[in-house]
Amino acid sequence: MTEHGTEPTAADTGEPRTAVRLDQGHIKGTGGIPARFSDPGLAPHVHRLADREEKAARRAERQVAALFGISIVATVVFLVAYFGIDLYTYRFIPGIGQANLSNVVLGVSLGLSLLCIGLGAVHWAKTLMPDTEVTESRHPQRSSGQARADAVETIMAGGEASQLARRPLIKYTLGGALGLFAIPLVLQLAGSLGPLPHAELSTTFWRKGMRLMRDPQLTPIKATDVTIGSVFHVMPEGIDKAVHLLEEKGKAAVLLMRLDPDDILIAKERDWGHDGIVAYSKICTHVGCPVGLYEQQTHHLLCPCHQSTFDVTRDCTVIFGPAHRPLPQLKITVDSEGYLVADSPFREAVGPSFWERG
Amino acid sequence: MSTPATPKGAAGLRAEDVKPRSAKGRPIAKAGRLAGWLDDRTGSAKPVNYLLKKVFPDHWSFMLGEIAMFSLVIVLITGTFLTFWFVPSAGRVIYNGSYVPLKGIEMSEAFKSTVDISFDVRGGLIMRQIHHWSALMFIVSITVHMFRVFFTGAFRKPREVNWVIGTILSLLAINEGFAGYSLPDDLLSGTGLRAAEGFMQSIPVLGSYVAYFVFGGAFPGEAIIPRLYTVHVLLLPAIIVGLFTAHIVLVAVHKHTQYPGPGKTNDNVVGYPMMPVYMAKAGGFLFIVFGITTLISALVTINPIWLYGPYDPSPVTAGSQPDWYMGFADGALRLFPGFFEFNAFGFTLSLNVFIPALVVMPLLYGIAGAYPFIESWVTGDKREHHLLDRPRNAPTRSGLGVMALTFYFILFFAAGNDLIAIKLGLSINDITRTLQVLLIVVPPLAYWVTKRICMSLQRRDRDLVLHGRETGRLVRTAEGKFFEAHEPLSEHERWALVQHEPIKALRRSANVDANGVRKRGALGDHLRAKVSGFYFADGVHPVTPAELAAAHHDGSAHEAIASTPEWVGQLHGGADERPETDAYAPHEHQEDHQVDPDSTTAR
Repeated sequence: MTEHGTEPTAADTGEPRTAVRLDQGHIKGTGGIPARFSDPGLAPHVHRLADREEKAARRAERQVAALFGISIVATVVFLVAYFGIDLYTYRFIPGIGQANLSNVVLGVSLGLSLLCIGLGAVHWAKTLMPDTEVTESRHPQRSSGQARADAVETIMAGGEASQLARRPLIKYTLGGALGLFAIPLVLQLAGSLGPLPHAELSTTFWRKGMRLMRDPQLTPIKATDVTIGSVFHVMPEGIDKAVHLLEEKGKAAVLLMRLDPDDILIAKERDWGHDGIVAYSKICTHVGCPVGLYEQQTHHLLCPCHQSTFDVTRDCTVIFGPAHRPLPQLKITVDSEGYLVADSPFREAVGPSFWERG
Repeated sequence: MSTPATPKGAAGLRAEDVKPRSAKGRPIAKAGRLAGWLDDRTGSAKPVNYLLKKVFPDHWSFMLGEIAMFSLVIVLITGTFLTFWFVPSAGRVIYNGSYVPLKGIEMSEAFKSTVDISFDVRGGLIMRQIHHWSALMFIVSITVHMFRVFFTGAFRKPREVNWVIGTILSLLAINEGFAGYSLPDDLLSGTGLRAAEGFMQSIPVLGSYVAYFVFGGAFPGEAIIPRLYTVHVLLLPAIIVGLFTAHIVLVAVHKHTQYPGPGKTNDNVVGYPMMPVYMAKAGGFLFIVFGITTLISALVTINPIWLYGPYDPSPVTAGSQPDWYMGFADGALRLFPGFFEFNAFGFTLSLNVFIPALVVMPLLYGIAGAYPFIESWVTGDKREHHLLDRPRNAPTRSGLGVMALTFYFILFFAAGNDLIAIKLGLSINDITRTLQVLLIVVPPLAYWVTKRICMSLQRRDRDLVLHGRETGRLVRTAEGKFFEAHEPLSEHERWALVQHEPIKALRRSANVDANGVRKRGALGDHLRAKVSGFYFADGVHPVTPAELAAAHHDGSAHEAIASTPEWVGQLHGGADERPETDAYAPHEHQEDHQVDPDSTTAR
């Protein structure tokens, strides 16, 4: 045994130990060297400054007390600010800008009062409370074999005592009763949650002859007011009288745009419009966000939620993004006074897809 | 047990009682008497004593779960405060409060009461903001805590159940958050609800019915706000608090895991007791979390609904993003191509919405919840594990984890594709297309890179154990050659690098038994051997004592000791010319090194 070949592994059995020689190849498990290292045990404890020097300990004590003291002061500031600062005072605060003074002072003082308690307690624990590691032993989660057998025995004996197995009439009726009892509870909830949709998802407030009204002013729009390149947010005439206003608005919202008729590539789109003025549903066919962004130069409509892009020159077909269907077009014309009116209701369901939409 | 005494009347019995005494022999004053009163009625002395002496290991990463726990406490406190003023109603009112820009505007009572809390209730805004910030903190800390548990293998037996509970908690938390920020009925959250209604409509066959049932009719209706309110303040919190309690009880039952290190074994917990250390540290940490959340809430505005205005289905703002934790689902919606919508036989199957909106989230969480069972099937390891893995020592697991995270974060960034486009001045179409490609290409790459990094780190650990630390001290030999002296690791330092088990890939057992009959489950064995090979075939194993001894004996810096004998003695530029004690035992520590082996043999 050469001295430098001895590996200082602790807690070994004390057998003779030798190194493997490289010229003999890598020999495993011979020469009395253990296959694995062994745990040397906890490293020696290093005392903190405050453990060794009373002066340091006293300094730590003062620091903890100072933190708790700041907390007390902050709480007092909170109380004073709560009653003292007018709720509607706004001040310029560097880094934040114009801010509600009451909110900032209340928040900062409350935050400091909480934070300093925490910092003080943790500092106390880290400097003054014992930091020698303590070891607790673990035990397997598994119960003893006896306990497991006893539990099984209890369950089996209980089953036996109830005579469940021997009395099938009880067994089956109990099963049936337990299987059914929840149904009334669920039915009561589910059955009363909401009405059936019927055809509501496929219809909107629009009827033939309704004027197109500016949203939100609700004033009618003359065809001559719509210049090329302009866009109008539109609601049907009389929507403000609707019983379910928001629900109707959610389906009836329309965008009105005027293009140079020569830019419109689809004949149906031109026919359903009026002199290059076209109206399309504003509700995205993806998940129903309002398609709010119109790009004048390219005639693209963009949904701000998931970026589906519709090409107005090509009947609002999807040219990018996760939507699949084109935006439905509203057929429009002009009434005797020159105002834009719907020539028919929407001919298909607006908004997101659903199973029976077709 | 004391010997039974002769009855001497009530006073005599009392005299027999042992007075509770403190460690220093002083009778404990009032507190002890109250505790005695309680113990007389509940017998709580024993369990309380057990809990107070319970040992917790110390590590910064164990505080992540604590942040989640404390944030839950904070959202419960501030949420209760908000319920006193919030009106969960879609009833229409005209605003006439103190915030001038909204005067005369029609809005729901929910929106109005939220504006009132923000402007007219003293301290209301700070509470609202603490509520929102701590909810975000809650979900961030749950998520990061989950990463910690995953990458250290803390989910292994016996903690699989607790991992599943945690996964459910995480899923519930993000839905609780969604319900919460939808309540004020502002333009942004209303747009979120509009999209949620669109998701429901996309459910095959039942979609429009589900949407009508949830919303009580057409969107938006008057039912959704009060229903969400019940879900947000009663249903989900009750389930979350219940599961959270189970989560904590299981932590106590299992005793906390610990990182490997000297003296830390699978059969012990090394740390500090609850009383007084963790009482102060964890209790103090609650105040720190609360304090920092409050400071953020005082200084950083969140969800200024008065700027968004009340919900109206027609307008929308550009840059509509959900709260961060719904980002991945929103990103999935943005990346999923539209051609997955199909029309046939008069029916519409809108998979372009259904899959990203309603399948991705439960699928991701389902895989996460199932992972402990998958890994234990692969390893065939049914033992309890209380010592954590260093992430590098489980390269395949770490690689898979980073792969999943990469997938998640690409989806997350996709939810901000419009903001990225604006900030960086790029085309939204290019960004979206790029992210679509990255979503498929990058996660496998991330797996590979992570696995390689882990294995490199393992090799570095081996190197450190075999050859010690480079001291930067050059030694010149008498012949004029130079080498760098290496300092060996101490026993305690070394243990952290060699303690883990070498795991070998499972071998495939024979398909047929001794009689040539095909065994049952042979296919499963085959699959398992394949997956096990994927996990462990190229594993880097810890240094063994024999390898270390060989390295010392030889003075070679090479890892594969037997394979390249021609390298022997070359790497240290002449270390072979001198006894290796010169190379490995620095002169200033020579006496330690010399003493060490002797003292061990003496033991």
